[in-house]
Amino acid sequence: MNYLKLKQIVVFITFCFLLSCNQEKGGLSKVAGKQIKIDTSFKAVDSIENFVAPFKNRIDEVLDSTLAYVPNSLLLDDGNRNTSMGNLMADIVFQETHPIFKSKMDKELDFVVLNRGGIRSIISKGNVTARNAYEVMPFENYISVVELSGTAVRELITFLSTADRAHPISGLQIVLDKKGALESVTIQGSPFDETRNYYVATSDYLVQGGPSIGFFNDIISTTDTGYLLRNAIIDHFKKVDSVKAEVDDRFIQLD
Amino acid sequence: MKRRDFLTNTAATSALISLGGLGLNSCSSLNSKHITILHTNDVHSHIDPFPSSHSSYANLGGVARRATLVDNIRNENPNTLLFDAGDIFQGTPYFNFYGGELEFKLMSKLNYDAATIGNHDFDNGVDGLLAQIPHAKFELLSANYDFTNTVMEGFVKPYKIYAVDGIKIGVYGIGIALDGLVTKRLYKETKYLNPFEIALDMERKLKEEENCDLIVCLSHLGYDYDRPERPSDTKLAQSTHYTNLIIGGHTHTFLDKPDVRINKNGDSVLVNQVGAFGINLGRIDFYFDGQKNTSANGVSISV
Repeated sequence: MNYLKLKQIVVFITFCFLLSCNQEKGGLSKVAGKQIKIDTSFKAVDSIENFVAPFKNRIDEVLDSTLAYVPNSLLLDDGNRNTSMGNLMADIVFQETHPIFKSKMDKELDFVVLNRGGIRSIISKGNVTARNAYEVMPFENYISVVELSGTAVRELITFLSTADRAHPISGLQIVLDKKGALESVTIQGSPFDETRNYYVATSDYLVQGGPSIGFFNDIISTTDTGYLLRNAIIDHFKKVDSVKAEVDDRFIQLD
Repeated sequence: MKRRDFLTNTAATSALISLGGLGLNSCSSLNSKHITILHTNDVHSHIDPFPSSHSSYANLGGVARRATLVDNIRNENPNTLLFDAGDIFQGTPYFNFYGGELEFKLMSKLNYDAATIGNHDFDNGVDGLLAQIPHAKFELLSANYDFTNTVMEGFVKPYKIYAVDGIKIGVYGIGIALDGLVTKRLYKETKYLNPFEIALDMERKLKEEENCDLIVCLSHLGYDYDRPERPSDTKLAQSTHYTNLIIGGHTHTFLDKPDVRINKNGDSVLVNQVGAFGINLGRIDFYFDGQKNTSANGVSISV
């Protein structure tokens, strides 16, 4: 009898908890928001640092050995329609792709077009390492060669001439008049011939990206080289003693 | 029936209820439930702090330091959730060398609850993303990417509901248009669905069917654009009815403080984004009182 009473009390109290708690879950009353800057006032968690260390050491080993020397900083804003860094990239792609394309397809590469947005860093004067190549080209983009009709090349040249940014080119010279209209176009030293097809090396990003990116709207055929743009840069660094490029007259506007 | 047994059983039941967050302690402070939501976006494989020589972000960021900050906040309020708004991958050689393995493992160690998928999370293709799934102990949430007929099918949920201290928190993910941003070779058959239609669908489901107390959107649309036709977080905020918080990404926007927008019901929505590269951690605290004022009109917001 006694314990039944106690049982009822315990059950009653338990229900009270449940009821009061259910009522408690109410509406939103207050919101506070802020941003916390992660600076040196926060001590690093050792277990996290220790976990990262072997991965970091391996990367440093591969990336930080000197491959060549850069006598003058390679920049992305030292020219108007062409820049030293952009020219270096386009020239490297031409030099490294030409022999591959020749042996694979038995055809001559005509020129190179890249997108300015794909070049993510300058290279400062001094020793150059593979890490620089990762900074310049962090993306996993491959070199592709597209076959374009003369008409498509004309559209591409118009696109380059009217673009806000200096997209890097090599093997192609574009001269604009004072008003920005085409003055002359030469490809491998010969005047542009709209009746023939051309082979253009570029980033697969521009080939796959579709018409919304611009550049290539009408591609006849595509040859994938399977060669990473970044690896072309690293291979070039390994071949040369000093890495040089300058602003030149490959893409200019007359004044 | 022995009295002692019964008492033990009932006590055990009460103890279990306590563990569930409905016990004496929480009841004594009758009108306060406190949920903390922490967030990052566009960390882009930035695992180490920036070097002291960096021109913009010297000595800032770093996962190991973020871990300390998150631990501190969790100790202060165990009712804390941690989210990321996408672009976890790409930006340092850690990604090029290890394909995102380290990023996912570290986020798991920090006990992230969920992340949405950014355009750069496709940088090694749907196959590259799938390869890292075993390293993620958190959910990948995306409601408007349809992964049917890709290898990622079945590995991404549109939303997830978290029950924290008796508060139901519904979280859904929204991604950006892939065409023009990611090559088709990488995203393959992934379909991008209208983010506004899907968001409205998600929040209705979370509010009306699941009775969530709090609704959070993890978005990689981008904060705001000049071109009005481009979907953005600010536009999304003004198009919704029930979403309380949009955690954004993509545009690497460093907001001084969370932005407050007014939704279709005339209620406030918080839109926040904390720049990029793990330099900042966003923190939003939600306090619930005893009354069932489901409208957010009476909510005091301090940002």
